[in-house]
Amino acid sequence: MNDSKIPAWVNIIVLPLINILFAFAFSAIIFIAVDVNPIEAAKTMISGALGYQEGIGYTFYYATNFIFTGLAVAVAFSAGLFNIGGEGQAYIGGLGVGLVCLGLDHTLPFWAILPITMFASMAFGALWAFIPAYLQAYRGSHIVITTIMFNFIASSLMVYLMVNVLNQKGQMAPVSRLFEPSAVLPGFHEIVGWFGLSFSESPMNLSFLIALVCCVLVWLLLWRTRWGYAIRAMGSSPSAAEYGGINRKRLIIIVMLISGALSGLLSLNEVQGYGQQLKLGFVAGYGFTGIAVCLIGRNHPFGIILASVLFGILYQGGAELSFDFPNIDREMIQVVQALVVLFSGALSLMLVKPTERLFVYLDAKKKSKTQLAAEA
Amino acid sequence: MSQPHNQQNIALELCGIDKKFGAVHANCNINLKVPAGTIHGIIGENGAGKSTLMNIIYGFYIADSGDIKISGKTRKLTSSKEAIRYGIGMVHQHFMLVDNFSVLENVILGAEDGALLKPSLKKARTELERLATEYRLDVPLDALIEDLPVGLQQRVEILKALYRGAKILILDEPTGVLTPQETDHLFKIFDALRDKGVTILLITHKLREILAATNNVSVMRQGEMVAHRKTADTNKEELAELMVGRKVRLKVEKSLATPENELLSTSKVTYTDEMGVDRLKDVSISIKSGEIVGIAGVSGNGQSELMSLLAGLIKPNSGQVNIGQTCIDSMHPSSAAQMRELGVGHIPEDRLVMGLIKSFSAEESAILGYQNSPTYNGKLLNKPKVINQECARLMEEWDVRPRDPKLRSSLFSGGNQQKLIIGREVDKNPDVLLIGQPTRGVDIGAIELIHKRIIELRDQGKGILLVSVELDEIMALSDRIIVMFDGHIVGEVSAEQANEKILGMMMANIMPDELLSTTQQTTTGEPI
Repeated sequence: MNDSKIPAWVNIIVLPLINILFAFAFSAIIFIAVDVNPIEAAKTMISGALGYQEGIGYTFYYATNFIFTGLAVAVAFSAGLFNIGGEGQAYIGGLGVGLVCLGLDHTLPFWAILPITMFASMAFGALWAFIPAYLQAYRGSHIVITTIMFNFIASSLMVYLMVNVLNQKGQMAPVSRLFEPSAVLPGFHEIVGWFGLSFSESPMNLSFLIALVCCVLVWLLLWRTRWGYAIRAMGSSPSAAEYGGINRKRLIIIVMLISGALSGLLSLNEVQGYGQQLKLGFVAGYGFTGIAVCLIGRNHPFGIILASVLFGILYQGGAELSFDFPNIDREMIQVVQALVVLFSGALSLMLVKPTERLFVYLDAKKKSKTQLAAEA
Repeated sequence: MSQPHNQQNIALELCGIDKKFGAVHANCNINLKVPAGTIHGIIGENGAGKSTLMNIIYGFYIADSGDIKISGKTRKLTSSKEAIRYGIGMVHQHFMLVDNFSVLENVILGAEDGALLKPSLKKARTELERLATEYRLDVPLDALIEDLPVGLQQRVEILKALYRGAKILILDEPTGVLTPQETDHLFKIFDALRDKGVTILLITHKLREILAATNNVSVMRQGEMVAHRKTADTNKEELAELMVGRKVRLKVEKSLATPENELLSTSKVTYTDEMGVDRLKDVSISIKSGEIVGIAGVSGNGQSELMSLLAGLIKPNSGQVNIGQTCIDSMHPSSAAQMRELGVGHIPEDRLVMGLIKSFSAEESAILGYQNSPTYNGKLLNKPKVINQECARLMEEWDVRPRDPKLRSSLFSGGNQQKLIIGREVDKNPDVLLIGQPTRGVDIGAIELIHKRIIELRDQGKGILLVSVELDEIMALSDRIIVMFDGHIVGEVSAEQANEKILGMMMANIMPDELLSTTQQTTTGEPI
């Protein structure tokens, strides 16, 4: 009865904006408490994230990661599966990218390596999602538990490999050698350079465009194919999906493979673009942030792009903020991010009713006005 | 409109009750007077606002405006606790009982006197024994709820209300789960209650019950109270017309069936669910082209499992299902998709759980089950235009309103959702059609159309298996009626032989004498 009262655009645009404003209002209170002028802080954040080319580059470099992990969560969530394993899937995806680069960067040119690394990142990420998916589909083990456990297994596995197998001789740090420049993804500044434009050097690279393509592909998959129909049917009503002849077990596996592959693609940005070597801990929580991004982006690829840019701004602007203000440290920035997640995710329904009432009220007022006008 | 019984005490009076949910006007200026010690029926189609009104009386919702007077005094009912305090009791359609508590424990739940249970239980026992003799409401007080049949569970609900001092009892669709005999007994209890001065509000959509049980009746339509009648002064046709707002034909017109070749049959099919309960026991049925086979029975006696099994949703533990040349057994189970390919269409019993997806648009729900069909798909992408046009066509053919394929499925009324689902299944031209509860929660206008179309399908040579909890519907549509009890088939009667008494006895696993001689060989029921 109450799901049709407000126009769709309010739900999609106005509500998230109000939620974010609430989060910023509360952040302002915290800034005041530590003697920081919130307006100054906001200015620093915005200019740090969007005010100059390198800052913009950093913002979009972060956003790239969030798009991949956000999409991964969204695809699984459309099928009613909560994939919290983006962290581990991206980590293992990175292993795939690293192995390809280390093995082939002396022999193959970039345009031959790129498809292989893309495939490797997706295959390794999907593989890491496959085991929890199988356990969920055929053994009933809850996917939330198993994917979390696989994050830890991935982390331990990578420590073992980096310390014992992939480290360099005579090197104490658990890192691989740097990839040959021929294997590295071109930066955004280089790409615009090909078209005669200039842009400051930044970590933003080709994978941002790949992320955008993935958004389109995920949208097409979910809303324009029969497989997407099956995925959404299972997510919305498992019993109706079964009635519709959809094979639940097989679909769980397929969806998780897609989700894991999307997570794995994150490592293109981190390993082949930014890090240019294999090292420990490069996923750095992006997998978990993907959950928040998906939540704020309302499970829709376009929303995920916007939410990813928002988190990119928070990451990059936050870094500038803690650099400029001695009273603000990294943890403070995490508090701001947490407030955004809190208001957009956990409390996202808190403001639905008041907003609805406001719109119904405004609507009634408009109607009575037009009625009056008609009578006059 | 003049109110009868003006001279009597008025137990409950509603003055100008108004309630809006956003833009939906659920109750619009409702006025109602219920004299004390009468049985008052409230009748109306689904979505007419009956439930909203009752929830206002019971304190679940608060009216936007208007007054509620109980025994002449205006009361503000802001919670069900308040309503109970003023002597209002409610028996919900779905019982609110704790299954593994005893009757006694259920009755005092929420009405305990103190922290210790013993004194409360003792007091309740004496009080309940008194109530039971006074109102003829015999219930074993120490039995667990889960061991009691539905009819007795309902009595526990009534006892619960009376124990809390209810003087006005509201019953929401109380007969949906009862056999005809149990219903008769319930009405006897009503009479006993009325004679002791209890006022009863009976909410139902069954015209027959209103005429059988009530003193007065009020009709609701689209949130408004459109008429008050003395039951003695009205009849089915008038009430139906008042409910729908136009003349309706209540009788289904059909010619004699001309069954031909067998389309589907089962032999000795059994099914045991995950909990190890035998849901189907040696069920053998056969469906021929050009006939409607009705399955009667109190819900939960295996009808749903039989439907699911024939639809490929569950597989038999033993026995066989034969469709044309195909044989399905435990070693060769079939899936829902395969059954569709074999020409078995399925209109599920619960349209919101299975038949459609509430969050999907109507056009998406209209391809459920056929989402992989080449009609709707290209090589990779689907064809939104075709899906849209096909849905628009179905809506036109089946009079689904509003005719908006993009509208979300949950926003259609029950009748329109059902028409869309039936349209979807019929449109694929199946040989056998499994129809579950085709008119549950559907308004009378839509029932008329659905019944007419089902008969038309039969006359086109389809074999139809019909499961319904509405005996009237089973009797009106079926050519043969099979009665199920506890997972087995009690027996079969032809449409001419069937009447409520016979079916009611069979639903309680008793083979009526007049049938024993003719259908003994088809009976698989245990000896009684």
